Amino acid sequence: MTDAKERIDALVKSNDVVLFMKGSALFPQCGFSSRAVAILDHLGVPFETVDVLQDQEIRAGIKDYSDWPTIPQLYVKGEFVGGSDIMMEMFESGELQQLIKAEA
Amino acid sequence: MAMAADEIEALIRAALPDAVVEIRDLAGDGDHYAARVISPSFAGMSRVRQHQLVYKALGGRMGGELHALQLETSVPSGDHE
Repeated sequence: MTDAKERIDALVKSNDVVLFMKGSALFPQCGFSSRAVAILDHLGVPFETVDVLQDQEIRAGIKDYSDWPTIPQLYVKGEFVGGSDIMMEMFESGELQQLIKAEA
Repeated sequence: MAMAADEIEALIRAALPDAVVEIRDLAGDGDHYAARVISPSFAGMSRVRQHQLVYKALGGRMGGELHALQLETSVPSGDHE
């Protein structure tokens, strides 16, 4: 495992709900990241964020880690859930609430 | 950096010939699109796998020259074989 992959793996496994995003939860730097934060805020669950703009190694590594080309990326209990479109679809259908509650 | 809507559509269709593809240019700037892809090939796949197939069809452009593509994938309704 590369250094970046190990660091990502540690972040994903040590946080129940973690969002890799551009910017911070308070100041998202991209509309898609902003939408992802809004969904998690709305769910009212505690979540960790990782700002990929602050870390080029993670920014590049996270795309290989999940075989997913875009950011944001949501992980719940070590599993890749999807990007903001999937989060929105799952939120609207109630699946995301269920997944996060079941895992919390 | 920008990509034309029909270029995106052609790439998706080349990889998923049975797909119905609908592209919308969200901002009119050739850089922010929404795509709806409906294909029987998605049957039985998770959403992540479905999106990964579309991203693969775009051959690495996603996140690069194509910055923003809102993606919605589904299996045609009434297709319950």
